Amino acid sequence: MLAVPVQALFGQLLIGLINGAFYALLSLGLAIIFGLLNVINFCHGALYMLGAFVAWFLLEKAGVGYWPALILSPLAVGLFGVVIERTLLRRIRGLDPLYGLLLTFGIALMLQGLFSNWFGSSGMPYEMPSQLLGGQILPFMVLPNYRVWVIAISLVICLGTWAIIEGTRLGSWLRAATENAPLVSAFGINVPRMITVTYAVGVALAALAGVLAAPIYRVSPLMGADLIIVVFAVVVIGGMGSIMGSIVTGFILGILEGLTKVFYPEASSTVIFVVMAVVLLVRPAGLFGKQA
Amino acid sequence: MNARIALLLTLALPLAARAEITGKVIKIGVLNDQSGLYADLAGQGSVAAAKMAAEEFGGKIGDAKIEVVFADHQNKPDVGSNIARQWYDVDGVDVIVDVPTSSVALAVSQITRDKNKVFLGSSPGTSDLTGKACSPNTIHWTYDTYALAHTTGSAVVQTGGDTWFFLTADYAFGQALERDTAAVVTESGGKVLGSVRHPLNTTDFSSFLLQAQSSKAKVIGLANAGGDTINSIKAASEFGIVKGGQKMAGLLVFLSDIHALGLQTAQGLLLSESFYWDRDEKTRAFSKKYAQKMNGRMPTMAQAGVYSAVLHYLKAVKALNSDADGKAVVAQMKKTPTDDPVFGKGTIREDGRKMHPMYLYEVKKPSESKGPWDYYKLVKEVPAEKAFRPMDKGECPLVATKTGAVTPK
Amino acid sequence: MTEAVIERIEARPVSQRVPIAILLAVLVLAPWAVYPVFAMKAVCFALFACAFNLLIGYVGLLSFGHALFFGGASYASAYAALAWNWPPELAILFSTAVAGALGLVVGTIAIRRQGIYFAMITLALAQMFYFFCLRADFTGGENGIQGVPRAHLENTYVMYYFVAAVFLVGFAIIYRVIHSPFGEVLKAIRENEPRAISLGYKTDQYKVLAFVLSAALAGLAGGTKAIVFQLASLTDVHWGMSGEIILMTLIGGIGTVFGPIVGAVFFITLENYLSQLGSWVMVVEGAIFVICVVAFRRGIVGELARVLKRPL
Repeated sequence: MLAVPVQALFGQLLIGLINGAFYALLSLGLAIIFGLLNVINFCHGALYMLGAFVAWFLLEKAGVGYWPALILSPLAVGLFGVVIERTLLRRIRGLDPLYGLLLTFGIALMLQGLFSNWFGSSGMPYEMPSQLLGGQILPFMVLPNYRVWVIAISLVICLGTWAIIEGTRLGSWLRAATENAPLVSAFGINVPRMITVTYAVGVALAALAGVLAAPIYRVSPLMGADLIIVVFAVVVIGGMGSIMGSIVTGFILGILEGLTKVFYPEASSTVIFVVMAVVLLVRPAGLFGKQA
Repeated sequence: MNARIALLLTLALPLAARAEITGKVIKIGVLNDQSGLYADLAGQGSVAAAKMAAEEFGGKIGDAKIEVVFADHQNKPDVGSNIARQWYDVDGVDVIVDVPTSSVALAVSQITRDKNKVFLGSSPGTSDLTGKACSPNTIHWTYDTYALAHTTGSAVVQTGGDTWFFLTADYAFGQALERDTAAVVTESGGKVLGSVRHPLNTTDFSSFLLQAQSSKAKVIGLANAGGDTINSIKAASEFGIVKGGQKMAGLLVFLSDIHALGLQTAQGLLLSESFYWDRDEKTRAFSKKYAQKMNGRMPTMAQAGVYSAVLHYLKAVKALNSDADGKAVVAQMKKTPTDDPVFGKGTIREDGRKMHPMYLYEVKKPSESKGPWDYYKLVKEVPAEKAFRPMDKGECPLVATKTGAVTPK
Repeated sequence: MTEAVIERIEARPVSQRVPIAILLAVLVLAPWAVYPVFAMKAVCFALFACAFNLLIGYVGLLSFGHALFFGGASYASAYAALAWNWPPELAILFSTAVAGALGLVVGTIAIRRQGIYFAMITLALAQMFYFFCLRADFTGGENGIQGVPRAHLENTYVMYYFVAAVFLVGFAIIYRVIHSPFGEVLKAIRENEPRAISLGYKTDQYKVLAFVLSAALAGLAGGTKAIVFQLASLTDVHWGMSGEIILMTLIGGIGTVFGPIVGAVFFITLENYLSQLGSWVMVVEGAIFVICVVAFRRGIVGELARVLKRPL
């Protein structure tokens, strides 16, 4: 145990929040997709990677910078998501959800393999946008501006998405379709289209996280591979039932991981799994989940 | 009468000697990472280097052709050992070269010994290859972790960096790097203020770097490799570590990593290598020839090491006129001193360690660089005897101990 | 996973003498037809796939972390043979027991959830185990445990027939379990668990038992593999390995008796041919997953069974 001064601890907490922001964004997308499609989107990590690569591609080949990429990349990857849903996921609707897991796992392998071949696995650098360079000089550390930006934008997107789903009519259709799709379509709502759009939105969220990650974590083909497993654990802990649950759990676990890095750094890669095992034994439905 | 028989016998010996090149082909297998983390450090570049060495002999020795094959071990010891086994058993490969990733190198060294072939490790780091795991069929070329630790550790302390903090990858290799370097730092009169262990393949180093920063050590030692090193350096640049006055020392960094990072991010980094393309006339000439084959890329020390190793191997095979007995070829290689444009003059020790000087470099600032690949400025040269571990300290069973007894293999 | 393979074919019991005879013939002749080391690899993975299939095909539980048992046993066997100098047979038995114990722990935690959650939990636990193996001293971390002695099994052909014998033992156990009253209960749980519960069966206990069995047999395969290749490494506990075993079983035919064997052989052969291509193997793996799930859920042997109108 280090004798950590309170101020340094605060710095570590802030950093933990950043990881939490990524966990929250990604588990939000996963929860949305699972809620409506009953599909565990294993390729979420690969699409996060795709989002980062699209941003890199835009910068390298088209000179399009970070700010437009924040919109363009999720759009592009969302469109790709539409293609995946229409051509592949639709064919296994109604089957055991485990097939969805395997199908998306296959898609993830293909994406990761292709990009590994084209770019090698050490990854490409992505320049930080100049407006966000530098940092705030706090008494205990230099807090890079970019990291503050990541936390802020993630909070905005997460809370905004939650507000849309819980507060608007579209959101209520979505929630209703999760419960009883045939009944909702009997009301004249185009359920298949809603499903496609939902998948695209969930995937776009992953891509957005990828663009946010590009300047600070190298853009590499396997950047999503190990991350996705941690996000799965986050989602199991939070309970898949609630959107707010996945957001909150994401941030909390990010902070927890950050604290572990201070006090017991070697365990920081496994702490989330340990928490998952404990939560499962004590409260199988997850912290915010509805009882199955 | 006896003298005449003896004379006849000695005349008959060359005829009786089984001088043979197996299969009439000298097959060189370049086994490394073709698609992953170490593809730039070795990869196809090593294959090109091996081919360059073969060309020096005109592509054949006597009437036996020299062939170069390659395969991707994906940095996994089981993939690497399977390829090695199949190469030796089925494909008639006589010598395996390169093999970055120490875990694979150890496995390949073992199999090479079992099958009595030759292994020339140009890329792996572990100093165990000439220590506990030494073998009469293996020669460890280019560098090892002990030499890196000693060069970087001692030379940095001597130039003023006497307080250290380590960022260590939490696995055997990283811990060994930290241990070796810490020992050297303390020996040279420096102090280790602390260390933090991070999980392997960490993407986010901010937390660990914060701790390094608050230690106020003059030097932050990166006891990690590959992606972890790159990510550490990146994060350090983001958090203004170097600007804040602390120096970063990479304990296992290659030219290809600096090329990938860019000078803006990597400037000021201290590192050791045994080869740099711009060191002298000979290395420049060699590197120019290499660059022509490799799209303008300059060779890393691993790739240059492959050239040097294959060259010396072929010389030995030519002298023996045989590649069948791995132990014999290695013994021949140890008998002959080495001389090539890459490392200059050198020797190979009984424990399989290739000896040549090591160099401490500092990465230039962008303003100091005249063009791509002009990245290093020399800080110090460390002679071979000082850089590499003394032979009697390695616990290599092949080496006669001080009492004169040779421990059985 | 209920609809794909089951159908009515399984309803009537049929003598499997011909397929078993073919299997035995192939097993005996293999090392003379192909590179024996390659044949041994195929046999080890065939056993692993059969063990995995027990869980997914007959109980309906998808474990995404079976590498935990395979790799864990691999380390146990390697360590026992190298550090304790145990003869290979004892080391393998030990590793099977270790895998079974791990199976008990993982199974008890994972059974608390169903379906996809079960899969994700097994994945997460396996990942935790991976990190443990990375750091632990006895596993040798990145180097793995190398130079595992083969003792009296040095000769390649002797080693091969030993491996074939181990496989037959494991296969016989699985075969027996599937065609036993215990196996029938498992199938009942897969078809309709609430009904099984209403009939008075403590389904959780059955599921855990099946899990332990599957884990132990996967461990048998892993322990043997460590002796064959004289190496236990992190690859054996990585989630990629868990994915590969799912792929082998899927391609061969989930829920069929011989499917996993065919799938394992197919996949190992494919991997061998593609080994020059590095990352393309990943792409091909992914493509096979996608194609199988979308259009070929029955797998090779499943389709064959349908054509021949007999269970395989």
